[in-house]
Amino acid sequence: MNWLTNWSPSWQWFHRLGSPRWFYQTTDRWLPWLSLMSLALLSTGLVWGLGFAPQDAKQGNSFRIIYLHVPVSFLALAGYYIMAIAGAIGLIWKMKLSYMLMKSAAPVGAALTFLALFTGAIWGKPTWGTYWVWDARVTSMLILLFLYLGVLALQYAFHSNEAGNKASAILALVGTANIPIIYKSVDWWYTLHQPATIKLTSAPSMHPDMFAPLLVMILGFYCFYTVTLFLFTRAEILRRERKSSWVKELALGGSAV
Amino acid sequence: MHSGFLAYLRRDLLLAYRRRGEASSPLVFFIMVSTLIPLGITPESARLAEIAPGIIWVMALLATLLSTDGLFASDYQDGSLEQLLISPQLLAMPVLGKITAHWMVTGLPLTLASPVLGIMLSLPSEGYVPMLASLGLGTACLSLIGAVGAALTVSLRRGGLLLSLLVMPLYMPVIIFGSATVQSAIDGFAWYGPLAILGAMLAAAVALCPLASAGALRLTSIN
Repeated sequence: MNWLTNWSPSWQWFHRLGSPRWFYQTTDRWLPWLSLMSLALLSTGLVWGLGFAPQDAKQGNSFRIIYLHVPVSFLALAGYYIMAIAGAIGLIWKMKLSYMLMKSAAPVGAALTFLALFTGAIWGKPTWGTYWVWDARVTSMLILLFLYLGVLALQYAFHSNEAGNKASAILALVGTANIPIIYKSVDWWYTLHQPATIKLTSAPSMHPDMFAPLLVMILGFYCFYTVTLFLFTRAEILRRERKSSWVKELALGGSAV
Repeated sequence: MHSGFLAYLRRDLLLAYRRRGEASSPLVFFIMVSTLIPLGITPESARLAEIAPGIIWVMALLATLLSTDGLFASDYQDGSLEQLLISPQLLAMPVLGKITAHWMVTGLPLTLASPVLGIMLSLPSEGYVPMLASLGLGTACLSLIGAVGAALTVSLRRGGLLLSLLVMPLYMPVIIFGSATVQSAIDGFAWYGPLAILGAMLAAAVALCPLASAGALRLTSIN
């Protein structure tokens, strides 16, 4: 990899991305805007979706949990890929910062996956008549939660940060290769063992009046996810770089910029 | 084949032969736990026949999982893993040799012993050939996937429990198609489809898992 690092000045921007200090200072400027945006989007989407969107013809008001359930499930999945890509960048270019991002993405993603399962269970009670169904998508979400927990557990099992980072990056990558296989096989398994009782009754396509607030919520949750990931990563940066001079200055009340 | 595959295959088989008691414990576990099922659920043969394919597959998975822990552990402890890591050849080939030996010591005996359990759990007669075929392919998959987890956790003092946590989600596709093979044969459907998918999984795992375990061994065992 020597040729990459000594190559040419055009790679400088890429290496600057790997500097924890640069990340800390940049996110310092971005965080207020991102927080403001996610607050505005989430409150608009929630009020619109919970208060003003039309009722579902079959499910009544209980369908409104979709405005939490769907964005959370989206991000639970996307978060795994973000974690795995950050891990891969860390393994290939040996970037400290991307390992920190990977490490921060794991608890956030696990929490989102749990929330997706939890809101799904709450939604399942009025629509399916039970909290838990061995439905293909529910099962694959549960397996995703297990994958997240594995990465988290492996991360903290090592005494040295370095080894823990590398090990969980490899595991995240192996998991990524497996996610499509898991999804496909669970789907197949479900068609083999189709439970006779229940199926989601809602109409396949959504009315635009229902869909618009959902879109706002999804955007809002993406912003919120970014804010959370940045905050976790910043805490991790401060913890790991606590011996460096800029963190000491920051702690003594100086500005990081 | 001069790249260390055969040498490590022979070495690990010899080691297993010299520690026969240790090597046979997954098989004993497999048989013992399966006898708990009639005791815990029902001795009625009609109901046992219904759950037999799933039970046999779950037990085979757990037995393989128990033995995966030791795949690299003794080599790590006595330092021969370090010797392997600094040797000039491609690391994936010796690793594949070790995994093959592991399968021959655990997965293969489990597969061969499974008809006995089939009789004890009153598996319908259509299920035996598919069970042998799916267990043969499937336990090889399990050994290969488990090797990645074993390589990741080899330097940890209590890696065993963590290993099962890491590997279990990756095992799920194998058990789905494994028990589906047996079940569809019993139900009178064509069982070559799920078996072919198991074969495809095995092909992918043979190609990728030795590389991933070799990378994991390099990255995590030398600190």
